Amino acid sequence: MAQIALKEIAHTYISNPKDESDYALKRIHTEWEDGGAYALLGPSGCGKTTLLNVISGLLTPSQGRVFYDGKDVTRLPPEKRNIAQVFQFPVLYDTMSVYNNLAFPLRNRGLEEGEVKKRVLEVAEILELTPFLNKRAAGLAADAKQKISLGRGLVRSDVAAILFDEPLTVIDPHLKWHLRRKLKEVHEQLKLTLIYVTHDQVEALTFADQVMVMYEGELVQIGTPQELFENPQHKFVGFFIGSPGMNFLTCTLEGTNARVDGASIVIDEEMAALGQKAQGKLEIGIRPMYLEVHAQSVEGSVPAKVKALEDQGSFKILTVDLAGNILRARLSEGQTVPQNEAWLRFPARWTKLFADGRLVNTESDI
Amino acid sequence: MEKWQNNKAWFLVLPAFIIVAFSAIIPLMTVVNYSIQDIFGPGESVFVGTEWFEEMLSNYRLHDALWRQFMFSGLVLLIEIPLGIMIALAMPKRGWGVSACLVSLALPLVIPWNVIGTIWIIFTRPDIGLFGVGINSLGLLGDTFDHTARPLYAWITVLIMEVWHWTPLVALLCYAGLRAIPEAYYEAARIDGASSWATFRYIQLPKMRGVLTIAVLLRWMDSFLIYSEIFTLTGGGPGNTTTFLSIYLVKLATMQFDLGPAAAFSLIYFVIVLLFCFAFYQALLNVGKGEKV
Repeated sequence: MAQIALKEIAHTYISNPKDESDYALKRIHTEWEDGGAYALLGPSGCGKTTLLNVISGLLTPSQGRVFYDGKDVTRLPPEKRNIAQVFQFPVLYDTMSVYNNLAFPLRNRGLEEGEVKKRVLEVAEILELTPFLNKRAAGLAADAKQKISLGRGLVRSDVAAILFDEPLTVIDPHLKWHLRRKLKEVHEQLKLTLIYVTHDQVEALTFADQVMVMYEGELVQIGTPQELFENPQHKFVGFFIGSPGMNFLTCTLEGTNARVDGASIVIDEEMAALGQKAQGKLEIGIRPMYLEVHAQSVEGSVPAKVKALEDQGSFKILTVDLAGNILRARLSEGQTVPQNEAWLRFPARWTKLFADGRLVNTESDI
Repeated sequence: MEKWQNNKAWFLVLPAFIIVAFSAIIPLMTVVNYSIQDIFGPGESVFVGTEWFEEMLSNYRLHDALWRQFMFSGLVLLIEIPLGIMIALAMPKRGWGVSACLVSLALPLVIPWNVIGTIWIIFTRPDIGLFGVGINSLGLLGDTFDHTARPLYAWITVLIMEVWHWTPLVALLCYAGLRAIPEAYYEAARIDGASSWATFRYIQLPKMRGVLTIAVLLRWMDSFLIYSEIFTLTGGGPGNTTTFLSIYLVKLATMQFDLGPAAAFSLIYFVIVLLFCFAFYQALLNVGKGEKV
């Protein structure tokens, strides 16, 4: 087990990078605590897998250093780091039995057969693979195969962290839930550091204590699921987390009022003051669930046109047009749905100001 | 739902049946026809039953040719398959080297077969051939390397020619098989601390099983049927030492004009090739029983 630290990591696949856009990873500087469950969340191509491969040692970063428990491992190959990795598609040694698959990493490290057997049986018990031990690994279902991949990591008693690269992609939906729960169980039982890469926010938010959101090679926010939801540090986080994502409106500031094409919205005083100083394009953002919708005009509300209504079962999504900007609001079940015209109120607590895509922060910086 | 009770569906098989009939069954039947009759000329034939077959089966020259053939094809597989795998493993995976390797490997495959025989005649000539002169000037052999003089040298020449000609095919097939292995397997192997031998034994070799099956079958059949190159290079000699089945068959049929025995021989030949292909196929299929991904 180990604490993992990345210091000023950057990586490019191009031999002569010209500017920042040539980098797959741009200045990643962070730490993973020992025994934590982390999710690395981001869209395809944002650099998640690259970052994972830098941690496991499959890739040597162009710049920066990787530390395990304070020890510099940047130049060490994966087999010298105590790390296990589970890939998107189950990787098995087809010609071997499940038992031999699980024993493989131990035998490669020259462990004596008695110890190998003890470890393999232990891990098979945890992963509920005992009945399959003598079967050929290739004949099993995808979820069992993925458990074997995980098992090959768990058998090594010295393993510092297990990295998952979208491990549930090929698993049937009804088994996903089961396998995810199994992962949590394993985590609680063995207290290993787990780093889980995914582009599925539900997976990330349910699995991890800390979610790290990646966007175009950068870690844009690290936080608990609640923090990501309530205080997105970057426009991308607001947009990516939550379904539907955050609403954004381009605005200008006038005192504590944000003006959006003639409509005036009151925002937090402190935030507005900081916003006056901020550079770049200003936008306000609000989550659909915090955007209040009224059938009549109330204090501080602005009128908008109703465009569409989607029934999602336990809630409804109302699409409105505010001076040419499309906004979505989440209505609870019993709420009356306004026809044609709706009055929107932006609660100051949940209305966030963004300058050039980054949150104008009233608390601490990232 | 009730089933339709007529046999019209058979008509759908008809086109395929006609094509196969003209391409395989009718020519084959001609051979069968010759093998059970003694034909002197148009309209003059005598039914001889299994006489030709009995004659051929007890023909010691055929036994010798058959034995030589097994020896040759066996050696070909033993050399070409491991060599092909090694070449495929050593080939670059990206960059300009890939195209360079592929093109140079494919070269022997596109040369007409009788030209290959001619190339090797000249190449190994002890007076002017690069190989012949080269090996003789080393002076390691007790006598002159001349494939027309000693059976051993004839065999070595024939085998080197065959290996040069066809190993590229095995290598290309294996290379395609290797390239199809997802990168994650290699990454997992590295993380599991597998040695390069273990990686080969447990990842690359099992994943190449499909292409290797094809390579073994193709090389077995082709080497078992080899004719043009050897006919050009040695003509079956010195003596009869490189007279393989097809060479003996052609001698029998066209030089001695013994059509009946030759036809019987052809059928025996055909059955042998078929039997071995079946055996190889079954064996390779069962090596990894139940391990289909």
